Amino acid sequence: MNADCRPALTLRQDTVGALAAMQAVFARDMKVAFRQRQDLLNPLLFFVMVVTLFPLGVSPEVSFLREAGAGILWVAALLSVLLSLDHLFRHDFDDGTLEQLVLQPQPLFLLVLAKTAAHWVLTGLPLVVLTPVLGVMVHLDGNSIGVLCLTLLIGTPVLSLIGSIGAALTLGLRSAGVLLSLLIIPLYIPVLIFGTGTVASAAEGAPVGAYLALMGAFLVLALTLAPFASAAALRISLSNG
Amino acid sequence: MSEPLLQAVDLQCERDERILFRDLSFSILPGTVTRVEGPNGSGKTTLLRMLAGLNDAWSGNLLWCGKSRSAQREEFLRNTLYLGHRPGIKPLLTPIENLRALTAGRRPLPDSVLRQALEGTGLAGFQDVPCRKLSAGQQRRVALARLLIADEPLWLLDEVFTAIDASGVSAIEKLLQQRAAEGGAVVVTTHHDLRLPGMQRIVLGGGSTDEC
Repeated sequence: MNADCRPALTLRQDTVGALAAMQAVFARDMKVAFRQRQDLLNPLLFFVMVVTLFPLGVSPEVSFLREAGAGILWVAALLSVLLSLDHLFRHDFDDGTLEQLVLQPQPLFLLVLAKTAAHWVLTGLPLVVLTPVLGVMVHLDGNSIGVLCLTLLIGTPVLSLIGSIGAALTLGLRSAGVLLSLLIIPLYIPVLIFGTGTVASAAEGAPVGAYLALMGAFLVLALTLAPFASAAALRISLSNG
Repeated sequence: MSEPLLQAVDLQCERDERILFRDLSFSILPGTVTRVEGPNGSGKTTLLRMLAGLNDAWSGNLLWCGKSRSAQREEFLRNTLYLGHRPGIKPLLTPIENLRALTAGRRPLPDSVLRQALEGTGLAGFQDVPCRKLSAGQQRRVALARLLIADEPLWLLDEVFTAIDASGVSAIEKLLQQRAAEGGAVVVTTHHDLRLPGMQRIVLGGGSTDEC
């Protein structure tokens, strides 16, 4: 850096490490979420209600529930993640903290990854924790519940990561909700198919290693690509805002 | 005169098929205050967002320390502080938590320094009250507290006087002047009648720059 640029004030050459910045973003999101607990309960309540309403609305038969249970839980989890996506960047966009996030001298995709991680810990992880209880309710056997939890544990981060792209893209729009669903649902379908497929094959006693490996591949793919796409989408949304 | 921090060459910006400004060239030198003027809708905020790197829908050249800015984005961001007219304050967090979150990705400071900065903006006693309970002016003061601890050489301030009372306004004016004397560069957009000695003006709507 040339010295002419350095009158009384000096230009700074170094800054905080990206990891510390990510931690700060994560910690702030957690703190904000716990100050507004009712927002945290919303997707969970939705998840529980959908799963509870199925036996009432369709059939309380054990044979039906055992067959459809894993699918019901997966669809309910998917929709409840979708429901919570709009909040991922919306509040930050409205109060201006998103601008400040983008202007941090850090790689934006890492900060977006930290935000998405916070989103998963606040929505996806509680769903996984609740799953055994609801699994028992729909008469799944122990093995199936275990596999179901595992698929959701691998699958829900993928849902959050893919969802972050949609949330970032639709940020500047007024009727973002509909467009977000239309954009994201097609990308969720493979995850859903493999998630429920794993549990179905576990129920038949077949090995599930290959299914889980594929889901793991989804996760790695989403983890490495989605933050870049979200970061680029955020820049575009802010550029128009 | 030392080399300009930020140099704009033939900037042109179009918004909704309307040209906001074209052939706009100016230099932001260390130790100066620049005021962006113009009627509502003339593109003041847009220009500032372009300078800050938030808006990418423009053509022309922006040079940071004589070299293309896009090639040295992180160096630029590290040395620039932007305060938009959305203050970047989370209503659910307290002023001290907000300030901590805003500085953590740049230069983390001990809480004692942050508290002092908040006291300096007249928020003594409010440091641990959630921001949603503060008035609009007080919330802006939380954002302005960053100016008291910022070491970035370039400040881009959008409508910095909004919702601030008379004594606050004169304090900010003094701060900007002091900043320029230290060698920092400040760009402000405001409708407030800001008059500082040696202030550079960028007039939008007419598209010229001059010294007053």
